[in-house]
Amino acid sequence: MVNTSVTLSGLTLSNPVIPASGTFGYGYEFAEIYDINCLGSFSFKGTTREPRFGNEPPRIAEAPSGMLNAVGLQNPGIDKVISEELPKLRKVFHKPVVANISGFSIDEYVECCGRIDKEEGVGLVEVNISCPNVHNGGMSFGTSPESAAQVTRAVKAVTRKPVYMKLSPNVTDIAAIARACEDAGADGISLINTLMGMRIDLKRRAPVIRNVTGGLSGPAVFPVALRMVWQVYEAVNIPIIGMGGITTAEDVMEMMLAGAAAVEVGAANLVDPFASKKIVEALPAVMEKYHIENLTDIIGGAHHG
Amino acid sequence: MIDTVFTVLSNSPIAQNTFEMVLSGDTEGIRPGQFVNLKLPGYYLRRPISVCDHGPGSLTLVYKVVGHGTELMASLEKGAALDALTGLGNGYDTSLPGEKPLLIGGGAGVPPLYALAKKLLAEGKRPAAILGFNTKSEVFYEDKFRALGLETFVATADGSYGIRGFVTDAMDVEYTYFYTCGPEPMLKAVYEKSRTSGQFSFEERMGCGFGACMGCTCKTKTGYKRVCKDGPVLTKEEIVW
Ligand SMILES: Cc1cc2nc3c(=O)[nH]c(=O)nc-3n(C[C@H](O)[C@H](O)[C@H](O)COP(=O)(O)OP(=O)(O)OC[C@H]3O[C@@H](n4cnc5c(N)ncnc54)[C@H](O)[C@@H]3O)c2cc1C
Ligand SMILES: Cc1cc2nc3c(=O)[nH]c(=O)nc-3n(C[C@H](O)[C@H](O)[C@H](O)COP(=O)(O)O)c2cc1C
Ligand code: FES
Repeated sequence: MVNTSVTLSGLTLSNPVIPASGTFGYGYEFAEIYDINCLGSFSFKGTTREPRFGNEPPRIAEAPSGMLNAVGLQNPGIDKVISEELPKLRKVFHKPVVANISGFSIDEYVECCGRIDKEEGVGLVEVNISCPNVHNGGMSFGTSPESAAQVTRAVKAVTRKPVYMKLSPNVTDIAAIARACEDAGADGISLINTLMGMRIDLKRRAPVIRNVTGGLSGPAVFPVALRMVWQVYEAVNIPIIGMGGITTAEDVMEMMLAGAAAVEVGAANLVDPFASKKIVEALPAVMEKYHIENLTDIIGGAHHG
Repeated sequence: MIDTVFTVLSNSPIAQNTFEMVLSGDTEGIRPGQFVNLKLPGYYLRRPISVCDHGPGSLTLVYKVVGHGTELMASLEKGAALDALTGLGNGYDTSLPGEKPLLIGGGAGVPPLYALAKKLLAEGKRPAAILGFNTKSEVFYEDKFRALGLETFVATADGSYGIRGFVTDAMDVEYTYFYTCGPEPMLKAVYEKSRTSGQFSFEERMGCGFGACMGCTCKTKTGYKRVCKDGPVLTKEEIVW
């Protein structure tokens, strides 16, 4: 018997597989087709203070082995998430969830995280710092160590739940940003968010996505994500949730060998609604194949010396 | 939603760049106005295609070749396996249309109206159809609608066949309700010309096709709706252009 369980800041998950924010809604669509309690946890749609429509359509484009999205954080806002979505979600998912929080100002992060702190069903808070800072010319919080640290400190002051900072890969030195978050008190690091990209429609001679740019995710980004998790593992001593292109149980193991303590599965859920379940089910056999008894033993296992 | 694998029974051209594919497999619960989302080898995102006709164990799709994915579909031969998510979307509501509903389809928007026509007939209604195309070589399914017993008008934009002009140029008939599917400019023209209530079937680029990603959201008078899950069919009263 292999042991697939992992621990994130004192929170034990029966397995490391967590559907990624924005690709699993609030779980209902998936709960209709399988028992989502087989998952380690799941990260719900990025939540902001106010309700948001998001970007004008089209929001989606295809890419080789992946996709672009410019949903633009469509969500019902923190009030509705707490009063409506979380109670509904609790009926279909009985484990602690990951609350994914977004903001366009420090105040917004603080208010949302403070509110989510009181929610029993939330196991940890994942703070998405890929959003533009409206008070700083729209520069993303995640692109400088200083602003990443600023958000971390502010959020840590208002919640006792473990805080995982979710990093943007669209930076020159991911390790420096991770280190800044750790120094500012982060309990863990989550990465990667999507890589900025675009597509052009030859017939219209115009960008496919109305927003012009969108975030690339899916198998195409896996090697980039793996490299970044590797670098962050070398830079910090807090747990890492690794994601970007994960599609199979083998991908999960690679990500953990690079340094992830748990993983998130994003785009794969969209093209195969059973993807996360299939990965959970495939894990034990793959562990046996590679003679792994305890999954936690392999975290960072590819870093020698 | 069901994840299932169909087998291609036939796949042949029925008009310029337009193919009819007949599949065998699980069609449990499929309704007119819904769509299937097809996984094509070599392409990451699925392709949404409307249900054109369905019976126990058999499903017909009619599609236009417009890009790489539909080109690949056109090359599939008898016996090929096709992974599909079925039962997607809300489908047409047939409880409202009165005696004489009008079905208005444009190009690749014609197919879903065929399954709808059959359902309306089975429910004792007397539908009529207006089918619009660019040119004569693109016309399809006129005979099939007629064979069901529907009074059927065809319009071509270049006047090479049937009525010269757009579907709206054929709308001066009597009807109690309407259902329409086609390119957005056509839908808008139908919206403006129509004298009764009706239902519109929309298209949007999709990430998942089953409501999880918010990739396809549109604004309506009754709130934000996901075209894939809360649509693709919207009522005239709720549309915001
Ligand atoms: C609910 C619904 C029902 C549809 N029913 C039919 C039908 O019955 N018959 C038919 O011929 N066509 C139908 N379409 C349009 C069909 O989905 C597209 O023509 C097809 O996806 C194009 O794929 P491609 O790879 O050939 O084109 P490409 O342009 O190479 O595709 C690139 C990407 O864009 C997406 N895309 C391109 N055009 C459209 C479009 N019009 N709508 C949505 N996504 C698009 C593709 O799915 C793919 O992800 C329907 C679309 C929707 C949303
Ligand atoms: C449609 C879509 C919506 C997303 N929305 C969010 C979001 O709201 N918040 C967030 O932190 N990440 C969001 N992401 C990023 C994913 O959570 C994940 O970090 C990224 O897609 C990489 O993983 P993947 O390659 O497995 O998809 C979204 C991704 C997709 C594809
Ligand atoms: S395409 Fe994903 S919600 Fe509609």
